[in-house]
Amino acid sequence: MGSGKFIKYILGKALKLSTLLVAVSILSFTLVSLSPIDSVQSYIGADMTRVSPDQRANIEEYWGLNDSSIQQFMSWGAAVLQGDLGTSLLYRDSVAGIIAERFAASLVLMSTAWIISGIIGFTLGVVSGMREGSLADRAIKGYCFILASTPAFWLGLLCLILFSVWLGWFPVGLGSPAGILEGDISLLERLRHLFLPALTLSVVGVANVTLHTRQKLLEVLDSEYVRFAMANGEKGFTLFRRHGLRNIAMPAISLHFASFGELFGGAVLAEQVFSYPGLGQAVVEAGLGSDVPLLLGIVLFTALFVFTGNLLADLLYRLVDPRMRRGM
Amino acid sequence: MELKTVGKQNERPSANVRQRTIAILLSAFAALAALVISGLMIDAEDIGINLDMKNQAPSLQHLFGTDWLGRDMLMRTMKGLTLSLSVGILAAFASSIIALSLSLLSAWNKTADNIVTWLIDLFLSVPHIVTLILISFAAGGGFKGVVIGLALTHWPSLARLLRAEVLQLKSAEYVGISERFGKTGWWIGRHHLLPHLIPHLLVGFILLFPHAILHEAAITFLGFGLSTETPAIGIILSESMRYLSTGHWWLAFFPGFSLLLMVIIFDLLGRNIRKLIDPFQGQGR
Repeated sequence: MGSGKFIKYILGKALKLSTLLVAVSILSFTLVSLSPIDSVQSYIGADMTRVSPDQRANIEEYWGLNDSSIQQFMSWGAAVLQGDLGTSLLYRDSVAGIIAERFAASLVLMSTAWIISGIIGFTLGVVSGMREGSLADRAIKGYCFILASTPAFWLGLLCLILFSVWLGWFPVGLGSPAGILEGDISLLERLRHLFLPALTLSVVGVANVTLHTRQKLLEVLDSEYVRFAMANGEKGFTLFRRHGLRNIAMPAISLHFASFGELFGGAVLAEQVFSYPGLGQAVVEAGLGSDVPLLLGIVLFTALFVFTGNLLADLLYRLVDPRMRRGM
Repeated sequence: MELKTVGKQNERPSANVRQRTIAILLSAFAALAALVISGLMIDAEDIGINLDMKNQAPSLQHLFGTDWLGRDMLMRTMKGLTLSLSVGILAAFASSIIALSLSLLSAWNKTADNIVTWLIDLFLSVPHIVTLILISFAAGGGFKGVVIGLALTHWPSLARLLRAEVLQLKSAEYVGISERFGKTGWWIGRHHLLPHLIPHLLVGFILLFPHAILHEAAITFLGFGLSTETPAIGIILSESMRYLSTGHWWLAFFPGFSLLLMVIIFDLLGRNIRKLIDPFQGQGR
């Protein structure tokens, strides 16, 4: 692979990312400014009656609410370009800082679930593909179809009932126990709080990978080289290791990378069920509490997150698969 | 897809699969019809507050149990499912129309196609649930925001499918001949493209339901939507969270399970209709 071509590829992706982010910010800003919700009122909250019309006008003046929306967008956009996403109304703190802190928590949850569901999903897909039509295959397929129709948060609630309420093994909520300082929480305690949301998210993520892997494996098993290998007496695990694994691993991994959007969607629900203090919970609070700067910041950030997943999937394909290298 | 007419002959030997498919379709329809009818027959009185009967575990009188205000959970669940169904119809309908228009637009010329592809990518670039939250906020919250959000966000995957179909059709010989004869793009769209897109559109429409219904439940669960009075499945489940630690498991289990059943029925319906009308999918495993 020539480095010139690679640089060109990266530049192309960077251009695509920047146009995407500009488009997402224009669109989301337009949507937010369409909202009939009074931002001054949601900022002040219950003390609204104690604010005189003069003070109100001052706040509007200070925030630039009297400017046209294009002017507002320009000043917001200029600040964003300098890395300043504004100040959250709910948390009274910088949006970038909140996103960084919340995302760190979400990242632990999502990466755990991502890895577990990837491994389990791939294994199930292989088992079901190698034994097409068997009882195991039908059971796995049925399980995946049911799973695809299951509301993620309901699954979370069931886990909560089973493990926390009935068995009492895990705490009912919160990422860390109440009343203890952040630094004093032991690793074990953190893991205990992480377990149930991660379990829910992993179970939900399995279906997609499994069905995809199974489909790809069936295609591979239909090929002439596998038929030839079978004629030579190869079968079972050896056949799979020699001819199947490498052909189906790449599509599965890249599909898994490309599913960051759904992963985040699942995390939003899982965090809500288990009151896990991550980015998903923050976006719900921002939406419900009319925290416009935080909402816009998270929208941009999630767009970046999903883009990263797709880029990684694409890059991996190009770096690993020799057939794709020529195309670069 | 010029092979489509050949598919009709393939259906003859597999009459058993066909009969089974039709049987599944009919029972799925019957189940949904029963749901709608019973949902319509429930009035405010049936889901009213009855403090004598509060916190009852499931029994023959109250199959799904009752909640902390003595409201019958079976009735509330049915009402919630009917609500989900109507929101689902609206969302699936609007999204199918958007997907169809965009895919026909992409047949126009290269620029239009680029714009459509770009729009699809744009909508898929932000997690679906974040888009829903954003639109719900833009509409000023409330149930209206949820419905608008659901209606406007479910088209990209269907649009992508239909667009691929359109591009394939456009390179077919008979479309080329029509062009040489001087037929307008509008005429070709109406006579060559649309008839081929209708089956895909129908299946896509039905398969959009599960997504729309699940998203409706998810977004109401998160707290976007109507007040807690409305029996939507998401609201029922989010309310139930407060009573789980006291052991009222039926408040969460049955409503969620009914939702799961409804989603599976729609999924079955879509898959089996596709089996009937698309010979390529019918052979698939």
